[in-house]
Amino acid sequence: MSEYLAMGGYAAFIWSAYGISVVVLSGLTIFGFRRLDRLQSALREFDSERGRS
Amino acid sequence: MFQLANPRRFYDLAQRLEPWVWAIAAILLSYGLYLGLIVSPPDYQQGETVRIMFVHVPAAWIAMMAYSGMAVASISSLIWRHVVADLFAKASAPVGAGFTFLALVTGSLWGRPMWGTYWVWDARLTSVLILFFLYLGYMALWSAIEDQTKAARAAAVLCLVGAINLPIIKFSVDWWNTLHQPASVARLGGPSIHPAILTPLLVMGIAYMVLYLAMVLQRTRIEILEHRLALALAADASRADRDTSTLSHRSAHSPEGAL
Repeated sequence: MSEYLAMGGYAAFIWSAYGISVVVLSGLTIFGFRRLDRLQSALREFDSERGRS
Repeated sequence: MFQLANPRRFYDLAQRLEPWVWAIAAILLSYGLYLGLIVSPPDYQQGETVRIMFVHVPAAWIAMMAYSGMAVASISSLIWRHVVADLFAKASAPVGAGFTFLALVTGSLWGRPMWGTYWVWDARLTSVLILFFLYLGYMALWSAIEDQTKAARAAAVLCLVGAINLPIIKFSVDWWNTLHQPASVARLGGPSIHPAILTPLLVMGIAYMVLYLAMVLQRTRIEILEHRLALALAADASRADRDTSTLSHRSAHSPEGAL
């Protein structure tokens, strides 16, 4: 296992490359869903306020 | 096709498709990572660092694909003035910038052990760096112009001017002497890579394409909602203006008008 993780001495480069890919792609995805949620609730709030007046 | 020019229809369709696209992306990514990190053997020249290729090459493909999509959307926006085309192009930029950033960083992490340097100012690397700045400039232009119709037009023109960079990136390895290796997958005469390395590369490539599609659908939905919210707020503001003027007028005559 540790031999596998060492990646023939290139562990630092290989795992950094995979790590940054995971961080950037999942970051974009998660922030996207959070923004969608915020926008949906803002629009709902807006509609209900307008419905009352 | 033209029905999709209606933001609400596009939104509904994207919302229905998205869960499936995310699911397919997740399955393909898991399979690709399994092939790339566990099944595939080390390369006889690059050793284990060949595994960086499985996240580097697909990221570079999507970097170009996202820009091509943005360019096609920009043309449709300029010709037909479709709001959805504008919003799709706007939504593509952060996604494309993300993949371009990854292509640059993972390439440099491969370059250090294999070339002996993180970076060289050669044609391929420099033209991809320019692509990254084009994405950033495109996003900056959108946020710099307040009138969204004008912003869309200016951004579309910038995108199309920048599209000249795409063939430069593609052919940079043939036109100039460069440290970067020439195309080895999409080339005349077929790929020149052994199947043990080619298979994980292609699976990751397709996985990244599906992921890109999911991300762009999600971002386009975000832009459609932003657009809807901005329109609603603007309509509300102008109604409020009218209300206050009639209100002050009425309250002078009757007390119930003062509500």
